[in-house]
Amino acid sequence: MALPMLLTDHWYDIRDLSNLTNPLLDFVGDNISSELAYILGPLIGFIASFLIFVLPSQLYVGVYGERKLIGRIQSRLGPNRVGPFGLIQPIADAIKLMQKEALTPKTADTIIMNLAPVVFVAPAVLLFAVIPFGPRMIVANVNVALLYYLAVSSLPVLAAFMAGWSGNNKYSLFGAMRIVAMSISYEVPLVLAMLGVVLFTDTLSLQGMVLWQKEWDIWVGMLMPVAFVIYFICVSAELNRTPTDIAEAESEIVAGYLTEYSGMKWGLFYGMDIGYALAASAFAATVFLGGWSMFGLDKIVPPWLLLVAKTHLFYMIFIWTRGTLPRLRIDQLMAFAWKFMLPVALANLLLVATERMLWVDAFDSKQVFLFLFMIVNFASAAAIIYAWARFLGYKPENHPTKPRLVKEAGGYVPVGREVR
Amino acid sequence: MTDTIKSEPFVLNIGPQHPSTHGVFRIKATVDGEKVIDAEMVMGYLHRSMEKLAEERTYTQNIPFTDRTDYLSSMSNNLGYCLAVEKLAGIDVPDRGNAIRVIMAELQRLASHCMAVGAFTNDTGAWQTPVMWCFREREKILDLFEMTCGARLTCNYMRIGGVAFDLPAAFVPAARKLVQELPAFIDEMEALLVANEIFIARTVGVGVLTPEMATNASLSGPMLRGSGIAWDLRKADSYCGYDKYDFEIPIGYRGDSYDRFVVRLEEMRQSVKILKQALDGLPGGPHSTQVPLALRPPKGEAYARVEGPRGELGYYVVSDEGPSPHRFHIRPPSFINLSALKEMTVGGSVADAIVVLGSIDIVVGEIDR
Repeated sequence: MALPMLLTDHWYDIRDLSNLTNPLLDFVGDNISSELAYILGPLIGFIASFLIFVLPSQLYVGVYGERKLIGRIQSRLGPNRVGPFGLIQPIADAIKLMQKEALTPKTADTIIMNLAPVVFVAPAVLLFAVIPFGPRMIVANVNVALLYYLAVSSLPVLAAFMAGWSGNNKYSLFGAMRIVAMSISYEVPLVLAMLGVVLFTDTLSLQGMVLWQKEWDIWVGMLMPVAFVIYFICVSAELNRTPTDIAEAESEIVAGYLTEYSGMKWGLFYGMDIGYALAASAFAATVFLGGWSMFGLDKIVPPWLLLVAKTHLFYMIFIWTRGTLPRLRIDQLMAFAWKFMLPVALANLLLVATERMLWVDAFDSKQVFLFLFMIVNFASAAAIIYAWARFLGYKPENHPTKPRLVKEAGGYVPVGREVR
Repeated sequence: MTDTIKSEPFVLNIGPQHPSTHGVFRIKATVDGEKVIDAEMVMGYLHRSMEKLAEERTYTQNIPFTDRTDYLSSMSNNLGYCLAVEKLAGIDVPDRGNAIRVIMAELQRLASHCMAVGAFTNDTGAWQTPVMWCFREREKILDLFEMTCGARLTCNYMRIGGVAFDLPAAFVPAARKLVQELPAFIDEMEALLVANEIFIARTVGVGVLTPEMATNASLSGPMLRGSGIAWDLRKADSYCGYDKYDFEIPIGYRGDSYDRFVVRLEEMRQSVKILKQALDGLPGGPHSTQVPLALRPPKGEAYARVEGPRGELGYYVVSDEGPSPHRFHIRPPSFINLSALKEMTVGGSVADAIVVLGSIDIVVGEIDR
């Protein structure tokens, strides 16, 4: 077998690509002057990350895969003209966008309008710095990575607001106002959900969270289903994905804050939207789905491949919801964030904190109790969500989904007095 | 949206070019934040002066005009116009002609409701999936039209005294196959949307029309039935032998957008039911009576109405014994249904206004004529 021979820590061991890049970087650092090394190092990193993540993810899962999958959901074919199976379509799209004129309206605030795409793009790149792709494959192993991630991931709202304000278009302004209101609201339950994870894993470092999940052989997503669901909903609100895409609601406010953008300026927003969604998926995969670890499978399969696979699977849920769900209204979304998610997140936090205390103090950190907690948490998640929804007045059984049927034409038929 | 925060209202032009106005139609909405405080309809962007033009053409030449008013239900339009002229000239239609007319009108209703339901869900933000499914089914119906008369959208199939051609041999099997398939599609749409929490949240209680409001605005079709009024011209007038078919009128509970949606879905089921019966009992004989080419109906006037997909579609024709109508007038259901828009939108949010507009199911070609 050739495979076990490859499982060494030599440079050709593809399980950890830092085996490959680190000697390269060491060589650059030892033999080449430091000024050049500063240029060469990031260049190597950029090429590596582009080949591993950006190209397959952004272009092929984000653009091609999304269009193809949504096409299948909508019972059509999706892109299939450019290249074999339409595979060149994302590249053709990019070329088309670059050729198009990026108009700036006469009445727009030119500086802010041109600045907004730049402000939008930068944080998307920064987000990936703290995502661990493997035991050693991490750009910046910050010990407050989670805090860093949450802070940076709320920056694009600023860019969206700049875009919406500067376009001098009423629809843009609508979109901008909606996204700001929504982001502020949804950060709160998101952070509360994350707090539970931090409490249990006892670390703010993303690498630490992965190692915790690896150590105890359980995923946080299984341990805290409520936090996982809240994270998914909040992040889809912040990313403007259906059913919460009110800031770009096409049928209502044309294109929201992007109404006045065209050409590659729009393309940057579009591309980086996918970038943010992928970053959020990678974050979810790291925090909730075990990151690069997978119950020992990561010894054989390259860990970075596991993370990429989990990221893409999580991203698929975004595509799926986009293809199937209608959109909520802004007041409903706000009410949902404050009235439903926040109390549920608080209840979850209380539950998780109690469990953590019990686990450490009473149960001597035994693994079997984690599985017990998992069952308890799944049951309590269903109970909390159902009970709180009932408390808020959710009664689907009172809601007729079939119209009444009458045989004869006549006048008004009061409810409950149908003649069949 | 609270009263404590003072904000300045401003005018938001929804349309004429907007993804959700279903054509060139404009709502001049005065909004205070997200809340609509006034709405004014601006129409006429698609005016083609059809009623005046019709006075210069012969009775038969006017049939293609009716295709182009409500371009999503040309068969129903043809039918309404032909009924009016037949009433004016006293022409009888053979049984087979009537049965073919019923088949075509019901197929057209299905096609049009597919479009209405799909576009409405698109307005609620279900990103094109239901509309694509609807288009898939509508395509099959349009294929049947193409097989029959060569056109898919502007059919120009009915004639005064019957229909233009007899059904091709392949039509009845193809239609039977379609009728078999359609209920599964309607179930699919129901499974996707009817119990969907988000869809319910967006449509229930939005654009409520009380029965009084609906009758006062002389609404018709699914708008009226959604408000709980059992009124269907197929039952009330029973033109074209509709009294022979067994079907029911679906009516809603509260008169909101959701009710109009489920009423349309149920109407599609009832149409399938009618189609089954019509295809089974298709009589033989001629498909049309001979009508002189230069038809000169006796002096007088006639108004005939049919239950179009959008409501009461009426045609009013006045003859002065000339070869062309002295006066030709259309009662377009979309136009009159639209008159309730202001009552339904004011007080709601911008997003609600779009949903309400979608639930009316307008066709701008018919509003502006």
